[in-house]
Amino acid sequence: MSTEIFEYAPAPESRAIVNIKSEYGLYINGKWLAPHSKKRFTSINPSNEEVLAKVSLADAVDVDKAVKAARSAYNKVWAKMPPKERAKYLFRIARLLQERAREFAVLEALDNGKPIRETRDVDVPLSAAHFFYHAGWADKLEYAGFGANPKPHGVVGQIIPWNFPLLMLAWKVAPALATGNTVVLKPAETTPLTALLFAEICDQAELPAGVVNIVTGDGTTGAALVNHKDIDKIAFTGSTEVGKLIAKAISDRPVPATLELGGKGANIVFDDAPIDEAVEGIVNGIFFNQGHVCCAGSRLLLQESIVDEFIEKLQSRMAKIRVGDPLDKNTDLGAINSSAQLAKIKEMSESGSKEGAQIWSAPCSLPTKGFWFAPTIFTGVTQAHRIAREEIFGPVLSVLTFRTPQEAMEKANNTPFGLSAGIWTEKGSKILWAANELKAGVIWANTFNKFDAASPFGGYKESGWGREGGRHGLAAYIKGAK
Amino acid sequence: MISLIDGSESSLRSFLDNLPGVDKVGAEARAAMLATRSIKTTSKAKAIDLAIRMVDLTTLEGADTPGKVRSLCAKGFRPDPTDPSVPHVGAICVYNDMVEIARRHLDSIGGREIPVAAVSTAFPSGRASMEVKLRDTKDAIDAGAGEIDMVIDRGAFLSGRLGEVFEEIREIKALCGDRAHLKVILETGELATYDNVRKASYLAMLAGADFIKTSTGKVTPAATAPVVLVMLEAVRDFHKLTGRRIGVKPAGGIRTTKDAIKQLVLVNETTGPDWLTPELFRIGASALLNDLLMQRMKMRDGRYSGSNYVTVD
Amino acid sequence: MRLDVMKTYKLYIGGAFPRSESGRSYEIKDKKGNFIANPALASRKDLRDAVVAARSAFNGWSHATAFNRGQILYRIAEMLEGRSSQFVAEITALEGVGEAAARKQVQSAIDLWVWYAGWSDKISASAGGTNPIAGPYYNFTIPEPLGVIGIIAEEKESLLGLTRGLAPVIAAGNTAVLIASESAPLPSITLAEVLATSDLPAGVVNILTGKRSELISWLAGHMEIDGLDISGAQKSLDGEIKRLGSENLKRIHRFNLDVSPTRMLSFMEYKTVWHPIGI
Repeated sequence: MSTEIFEYAPAPESRAIVNIKSEYGLYINGKWLAPHSKKRFTSINPSNEEVLAKVSLADAVDVDKAVKAARSAYNKVWAKMPPKERAKYLFRIARLLQERAREFAVLEALDNGKPIRETRDVDVPLSAAHFFYHAGWADKLEYAGFGANPKPHGVVGQIIPWNFPLLMLAWKVAPALATGNTVVLKPAETTPLTALLFAEICDQAELPAGVVNIVTGDGTTGAALVNHKDIDKIAFTGSTEVGKLIAKAISDRPVPATLELGGKGANIVFDDAPIDEAVEGIVNGIFFNQGHVCCAGSRLLLQESIVDEFIEKLQSRMAKIRVGDPLDKNTDLGAINSSAQLAKIKEMSESGSKEGAQIWSAPCSLPTKGFWFAPTIFTGVTQAHRIAREEIFGPVLSVLTFRTPQEAMEKANNTPFGLSAGIWTEKGSKILWAANELKAGVIWANTFNKFDAASPFGGYKESGWGREGGRHGLAAYIKGAK
Repeated sequence: MISLIDGSESSLRSFLDNLPGVDKVGAEARAAMLATRSIKTTSKAKAIDLAIRMVDLTTLEGADTPGKVRSLCAKGFRPDPTDPSVPHVGAICVYNDMVEIARRHLDSIGGREIPVAAVSTAFPSGRASMEVKLRDTKDAIDAGAGEIDMVIDRGAFLSGRLGEVFEEIREIKALCGDRAHLKVILETGELATYDNVRKASYLAMLAGADFIKTSTGKVTPAATAPVVLVMLEAVRDFHKLTGRRIGVKPAGGIRTTKDAIKQLVLVNETTGPDWLTPELFRIGASALLNDLLMQRMKMRDGRYSGSNYVTVD
Repeated sequence: MRLDVMKTYKLYIGGAFPRSESGRSYEIKDKKGNFIANPALASRKDLRDAVVAARSAFNGWSHATAFNRGQILYRIAEMLEGRSSQFVAEITALEGVGEAAARKQVQSAIDLWVWYAGWSDKISASAGGTNPIAGPYYNFTIPEPLGVIGIIAEEKESLLGLTRGLAPVIAAGNTAVLIASESAPLPSITLAEVLATSDLPAGVVNILTGKRSELISWLAGHMEIDGLDISGAQKSLDGEIKRLGSENLKRIHRFNLDVSPTRMLSFMEYKTVWHPIGI
């Protein structure tokens, strides 16, 4: 890039718009409570390691308080509320999120490390739309295909990850409330702040106390929630490893669970793909959100006849990715969420080189403070490599090749995961054929990483149980529904 | 050097049909993302001056008179009478029969280095015999036009007579020789799909265009961001295939400094900074110049300017 | 002593508020016989203009995302909530009901706008789907908006009745020409003011006040209109309406106080698409 003619301005979004408190309590029964253990931990900005706030560590006692509040709210208020009034609370929440969109976008970028352009254009609008969509279902459940009088579970325990903190909150809370449940939500350890700001939205919407409860903490908090005997339903999004632990933990209890776990999505490019848009799609598939995406297109399956041309275009395009300050509106790739995650990415990357794949990273200068990793691809990868089998959850793409469409399907499906896949070709019948063959819950053709409140999302095999979003996603929160 | 086509219509068709398709949604999304780039203030000042140097200041009205054309020339030569540091525009673009007036006037006021571009080949429709189109072009070059903006025959293109479209461009280019550079107007609004824009871009470049241009300015949509993106991608890939650098000229619908800078960002991130020069990128516009001047004044003086402080042409 | 500024009630066509091109109006009195207003008496030409406006708005409105339509309908509810008292006043004056009943009517109308707002992005999931073909074909059916719908609003319960007809029609992506209650037309024009401030594109809804005996037959016979909701017409007119409507096979429906997605689907068409599956 010519620094002579053109430099992009650091176009920083001002952080003055959001008021971060120095300390947060637990949001239980519509009030802020100090944690029972008095323990707090810090949430930092991963782009510069600055401390943002101190957050409470909820223990089993706090979790119990929250569950009791949710139970009481369910019995006394929420279960009795006419559905069309329930709907109106959700519409209010949606509109309030829209009104305070910029605040949430800035806070999410600070706490998570992802770029403001993404929080502003993707995370926050999708979150508001999720509440708006589900508000509309609240008083129409008899039309949803689950019988004439669908019933909620009651009190739902929900644990969400750090990669899309606000959006994952919306994906959990909106359908739960719309179908008549009350909620105890545990945000991720490294990204609690937008959930805590969401509590303010609940207050502004005049949501009855106890309908939504937010208990921040770490793995022990999550375990306390999962093991609580008075939870009627568990919903978890996170790693496959923890998902399996939860499945084990509840194996002796009749509590239903939905799990949104990991993936190793195959992004398949045929030789008749719209090449320039396919390059964009591959880049979006693995570098959007720094690759911290369960449905990331982390394996590129490239038809062998176009390998050289495609890789060259991909590398040219990657060289234009701007890595830097998440609050800079020109930034394309932000910080890695934590030092732990960065260590994992580095370890996997080293294994790739050790196992014989060829590494190429986009030339870019990385900030000295904070957690950063340059956009990277490995070519010459085969299914036997660790970087083709295990989820890296970072901006690292593994490139494999195939000769025929059938071979592409075989390689794409050769994984214990089954969350997502991408198909790039201009031939319609091939898209539909591949969509039939691929064992994945979400299939994107000639696009990638697209989400909508009306579109069900979830995986096959070890990518989890159940779907979120759309009519099908309501099933998770309706008793006995599939 | 591999020859891409062998001169026959069938090899041309084969080549063009084998080009990768353009996914509309993907292309529009990429263009929209690039429109969110924000430029550094110091770079913005340079970008404004660059944009001014890239403007092909245009008047193409039935009501054009010598007086109007002379006024435009004066404006193009010295855009801001109060500030001699403002560069002159890239070219003056007029109808054929105004070329001589424009050339003479520019020469008389010291604007010898500003080329006069003439629209030709039965602009804007392109609906006339080849003899008329050649005569049209010859008249303009003889009158002093250093640049010819021709239109392709869209009817021939859309009905599949690609060889005809190719031949017309080739013949006009031969007539231009080394006296004038040739811009080929694709009239993307009439081509209707991005796939057609890509094909027409390649066709024009294969036939000898020095520049490919989006529109006549008489049809909307004209130079939308995704259309310019697709054309820049074609130019980039053509350069990789042949080593030749072809220029791009969006025309129509670019009215504000913001619009112009968005175009420059598209160039920067697609063909690369080598194309950020009036030799390889022009903007066909009229109202844009005044907005560039007002933004320039704001950067110079620190306050918003007004319409009384820029001249009408 | 302060004199009120009296409101002029005009038609709502193409997003604007024109008087009738005929210049005609008719007198509306309250139940006590006091003069209230002279709303416009729409002519055949006004109706023609309304249909033209509705037709040209259809392309944009039917192609808007369902999410966008839902947002606009919810905005209508927001605006309506803010202006409740104006509607309560008009309803008590014209319908001879007390304030409590009027308020209940207005609240029910607002809630109905909210209900249909939530339907716009659900209807195709509910009524559409893929069809299992005995062969290598992908096949799906989706409901699409029908076109320009003529609505004869209920005579009684002027605001709620017209909402029962209008909200589902536009939630489904259609555009509308609505004939207001003849005896209580004012809430319909005040609603038009709400629509005009709710980001609803011009021409999506057009409202005509006047003599139903004239307007209904012109509406029924207009060849540019695709469907009719005749729930508000006197039953004795049904035969004549259907005869006139048969000329272009209008989809004509009378609903019995229904609040249901059926009122959307009745003005939608199912499109089925096939595509082979194979490399």
